[in-house]
Amino acid sequence: MERTKLVHKYLRSEKKFPHLWCPGCGDGILMGAMIRAIDRLGLDQDNVVVVSGIGCSGRLPVYVDFNTLHTTHGRALSFATGIKLANPKLTVIVVMGDGDATAIGGNHFIHTARRNIDLCAIVINNNVYGMTGGQYSPTTPMGAKSATSAFGNIERPFDICELARGSGASWVARGTVYHVPMLDNLIMSAITKKGFCMLEVAAYCHTTFGRRNKLGKPTDMMRWMRDNSVRTEAFQKLSDEERMGKMEIGILADFDYPEYCEMYDEVIRKSGGGA
Amino acid sequence: MEKKATERKNGKIKAPSRQQPQRKAKRAAASKSDAGQIVLISGNEACVEGALAAGLGFFAGYPITPATEISEVLSTRLPAVGGKFIQMEDEIASMAAIIGASIAGLKSMTATSGPGFSLMQENIGFGTIAEVPCVVVNVMRGGPSTGLPTNPAQGDVMQARWGRHGDQRIIVLCPNSVEECYTLTIKAFNFSEKYRTPVILLMDEIVGHMREKMTLPAEANIPVVNRVKPSVPPEWHIPYENTPTGVPPMAAFGDGYRYHITGLVHDQHGFPTQRQDEIKEFITRLTTKIEKARRELIMVETEFIDDAKVAVLSYGSTSRSARRAVTMARKGGSKAGIVRLLTLWPFPVRAVQRLSEHVDAIIVPEMNQGQLVGEVERHACGRCSVVPLNRFDGAMIEPEEILHAILEVE
Repeated sequence: MERTKLVHKYLRSEKKFPHLWCPGCGDGILMGAMIRAIDRLGLDQDNVVVVSGIGCSGRLPVYVDFNTLHTTHGRALSFATGIKLANPKLTVIVVMGDGDATAIGGNHFIHTARRNIDLCAIVINNNVYGMTGGQYSPTTPMGAKSATSAFGNIERPFDICELARGSGASWVARGTVYHVPMLDNLIMSAITKKGFCMLEVAAYCHTTFGRRNKLGKPTDMMRWMRDNSVRTEAFQKLSDEERMGKMEIGILADFDYPEYCEMYDEVIRKSGGGA
Repeated sequence: MEKKATERKNGKIKAPSRQQPQRKAKRAAASKSDAGQIVLISGNEACVEGALAAGLGFFAGYPITPATEISEVLSTRLPAVGGKFIQMEDEIASMAAIIGASIAGLKSMTATSGPGFSLMQENIGFGTIAEVPCVVVNVMRGGPSTGLPTNPAQGDVMQARWGRHGDQRIIVLCPNSVEECYTLTIKAFNFSEKYRTPVILLMDEIVGHMREKMTLPAEANIPVVNRVKPSVPPEWHIPYENTPTGVPPMAAFGDGYRYHITGLVHDQHGFPTQRQDEIKEFITRLTTKIEKARRELIMVETEFIDDAKVAVLSYGSTSRSARRAVTMARKGGSKAGIVRLLTLWPFPVRAVQRLSEHVDAIIVPEMNQGQLVGEVERHACGRCSVVPLNRFDGAMIEPEEILHAILEVE
């Protein structure tokens, strides 16, 4: 009850409810976790910016009482780059979906990671384009059925965390919408840590993906997450065979790379523009 | 030429170096006077000077000929005044970044050419619906596609107007000299700030690359306009309120006014709406705020027009050939006149209507297969003949070609 009250404090409840997510969706769980993380860090609402792209995840900012920006499909990180570089004092959180971040926004994703600008990027991965009715995305597993792969998906999926790490992100983690207390903590770390932090949140779309692939109700899909997620410490000890079908969760990469805005301050100093 | 050479020797004309901003700044300070500094610079460099005079705080861009110099010069000049420069991964990201920076409170700009301009359209549309001030410089080159990277053209006139999906208005300014690259860049910022909308500065390769002497004022010679910020407490502020001017005050993220910005059609509070009355009211406001400002936005120059029987209506570098042609025609006794559009959009409807009432013919030279000429025809309404003069072979229109057209029409 206390937790719910806390979340309500940050919702734009007067204007914009009910939300458009399907009953049982994990997007709301992530939204709650994000709010709790911000609250626990004691951040000033006026200095928090939440940016999103297009899709179910794109609707998140409209519900939360921060400076919120709902941008174009795939471009959220580029808008966020402009905001952060213009005013590095702001805490900028970017919420994207898997198609948003790694298909149409794939180029922006790798380059924002490479630049290592201080953003907290959250990618809600439900393995499908949910809002448009369940077409296969760059993270749809091979063989899975979708609105555009009735005979099974023949494309190999991305591992979003590997993609972020390989592109130069400072901090990479994976959580799920089942492991909620862990999710709260991961978001707190992603906000606190300097540099580009990428948190993949494993979610599900029971409406468009679960139904086609006979994965059951939202609770069944959550149960799958519970049974097949392995914390990174334990995961590292598993053999390749044991790793099959398992999902590694926790902090997967943590580096201290130079942060872009701080590097840019140096450029300003060198050019003689330091105040 | 001789005079110029002597002036340069005496140190009156100075080409600003973009390699050494600090030394340049010192030199500029040494020779600074109220009258300003005489310089020999390109149109692209003048655009940079104008942007800095207007208070540019953020630039994002991607290299592309013939606009690259704007990025190059700003990469050193902007941090030197405490501003931010970033080279993005493409033009889509550049456009997104400048909108983000503007939302965070900085005056922002990007510069590109045809192929990059095509990529930017998506987010220019976002800037329009979300009402975010910013300036997009397009130094036009030959198209379509990769086209003619180093050749001049004026092929993006219609793309600038109609490149985005959906109903909207856009402000497009078109300079024809180095000095005007400076002044119109300031104006572009002023209009974008005042009307909360992206403004496109449509240069062409000739204007961007040619060098001319100009006086760089010590301070902007045009009053600089800044966006109006809300004056009421946050709880009273309605971010997309239908104010009498049609332009609501704009708070920056971080100012304490927490609000929602979206590319969806939204209500006055900024939240998505599907209510038909709200949709109609919003789209109407978005277009009428520009329509109502026509008097301020439209800049047209005329010369020899009072007794003219034939008018040459042109814009950008083509207008320089037009002026030469009309001067030659006048010497030969022709009653030729000049109409030059500094504002392409909103289209100067009244100017063309009035012109069509007292000339026999309007010649419209363009470095394309005929784009703005359609608009001229539409508003001349058959009151006079409208003669297109087009060149699309990667070369400029020569004065003789226009002169020939004048004599032929007469």
